[in-house]
Amino acid sequence: MDAEVFRAWIVSAAGVIEANRDHLTQLDAAIGDADHGINLARGFTAVLGALDAAAKPPATPGAILTVTGNTLISKVGGASGPLYGTAFRRAGKALGDAADVDLPALSAALDAALAGVQQLGAAREGDKTMVDALAPATRAFSKAIAEGASPDDALSVLAEAASAGAVATVSMQALKGRASYLGPRSVGHEDPGAVSTALILGALAGAAQAGR
Amino acid sequence: MKKLINSPETVVTEALEGVAAAHPSLSVDVENKVITRAGGPRPGKVGLVSGGGSGHEPLHGGFVGYGMLDAACPGEVFTSPVPDQMLLATQAVNGGAGVLHVVKNYTGDVLNFQMAAELASDEGIEVVPVVINDDVAVTDSLYTAGRRGTGATVFVEKIAGALAEEGADLAAVAAVAREVNERSRSFGVALTSCVVPAAGKPTFELGEAEAELGIGIHGEPGRTRAALTPARELAAYALDAIRADMPVGGDLLVMVNGMGGTPLIELYLMFNEVRKYLEAHGGHVARNLVGNYITSLEMQGFSVTVCRLTETLTRLWDAPVDTPALRWGR
Repeated sequence: MDAEVFRAWIVSAAGVIEANRDHLTQLDAAIGDADHGINLARGFTAVLGALDAAAKPPATPGAILTVTGNTLISKVGGASGPLYGTAFRRAGKALGDAADVDLPALSAALDAALAGVQQLGAAREGDKTMVDALAPATRAFSKAIAEGASPDDALSVLAEAASAGAVATVSMQALKGRASYLGPRSVGHEDPGAVSTALILGALAGAAQAGR
Repeated sequence: MKKLINSPETVVTEALEGVAAAHPSLSVDVENKVITRAGGPRPGKVGLVSGGGSGHEPLHGGFVGYGMLDAACPGEVFTSPVPDQMLLATQAVNGGAGVLHVVKNYTGDVLNFQMAAELASDEGIEVVPVVINDDVAVTDSLYTAGRRGTGATVFVEKIAGALAEEGADLAAVAAVAREVNERSRSFGVALTSCVVPAAGKPTFELGEAEAELGIGIHGEPGRTRAALTPARELAAYALDAIRADMPVGGDLLVMVNGMGGTPLIELYLMFNEVRKYLEAHGGHVARNLVGNYITSLEMQGFSVTVCRLTETLTRLWDAPVDTPALRWGR
């Protein structure tokens, strides 16, 4: 997968976040402060601008993800700016200068993203956060690769595990972020960060499958 | 939604243009969303930077000026500002004696200020963050993000700002900021929701005869939803919650704060109830603030913040201040 695939991922992620802007904000209104879709959509719009406006467009997968991460940190604010921004930056750093990325390298980059998010936000699985989509997805993805799944299948496993992880947050009680103040009242709602993470990973699977 | 705006996307920048036009004592970088005192940093003085989501005005921009903040970074409505803004503000106010970051305890604010502090220290600017967490409505435990920062922020910015103005060093300014935070507790009550401009509808629904007890400053729920009771009982509920966590004897600094949509006549009535309660429980309201200081857009409701004073804190509270929203003695 070359830079074109990664650019297609980011463009697709921006599209799917924009399309789900109100849905994410509604989820956030139930257990947070009603701005998740608004903020992420604003951030990804800025990312598209940054990718186009760069005097020298980022030419490697790693550079594209680094620009994406830096822009999210600079433009989003809230908790999602640093968390999503760090995820993309760490993934970009893990990919290094490689012009072409294979599935094990992508898997390692997603592991780095997860580690960055957990280091910054101190969230564990089960806390009802974006980690509950990202962690099972990275785990299922690397397992599928190790077991010799076809690339298409491994990418589908990644997307499906992320979505299932997001759905599983419905029954969780939030222990991190603003939703944690609700205590037991946070149960019964899907975590907006887990949902947006699943959307972004779904966009990755789609772009990678189309671009291979 | 009825609001005096041109478009939801431009609320913050257009309001900043208004702040710039109204207050020549401030220097407003509208593009980067940084408000500083006009005239640049004073060499040798510790700089005070705060910031947070917009929608809480006058916090923080209204507290930039002599005796209080050196800079404020407003984010989007109810959304933490970004590290770039905070770094610009930190650079702008650094007079060589280091910079104090006053951070309200919300995950976004804490993370973004943490990143900004790292960037500033890479440039050789010493930064000490003080995290404000005075809201007793939410449980401070391993199972939450910790207590939220609310009304005590105003006290911290005033008192630490006064000490910095006297020429104290960064460690001393940070210490007094932490002391004020530790000696302060808050509790808020909402009668109506706020409406985030970009969302266009109320953040939460509250029945005609209901109140949200323990409301946060972004409309996030607190302890419980209950039938609206007379002001006397609301004051007692809020102060019972505070008193369960901190004794309220001795000289007190008390703020009765409006959430943005509460008439001043109701705030004064509430202050009277608060004063009677505190005096009945051994407290003496030595200093007070009644008005809209840390708001939640157009939300109706109030919060009460109690700080146990010391002689030093009283002196620093009384010290001259000259900002758009607090001004005395000068």
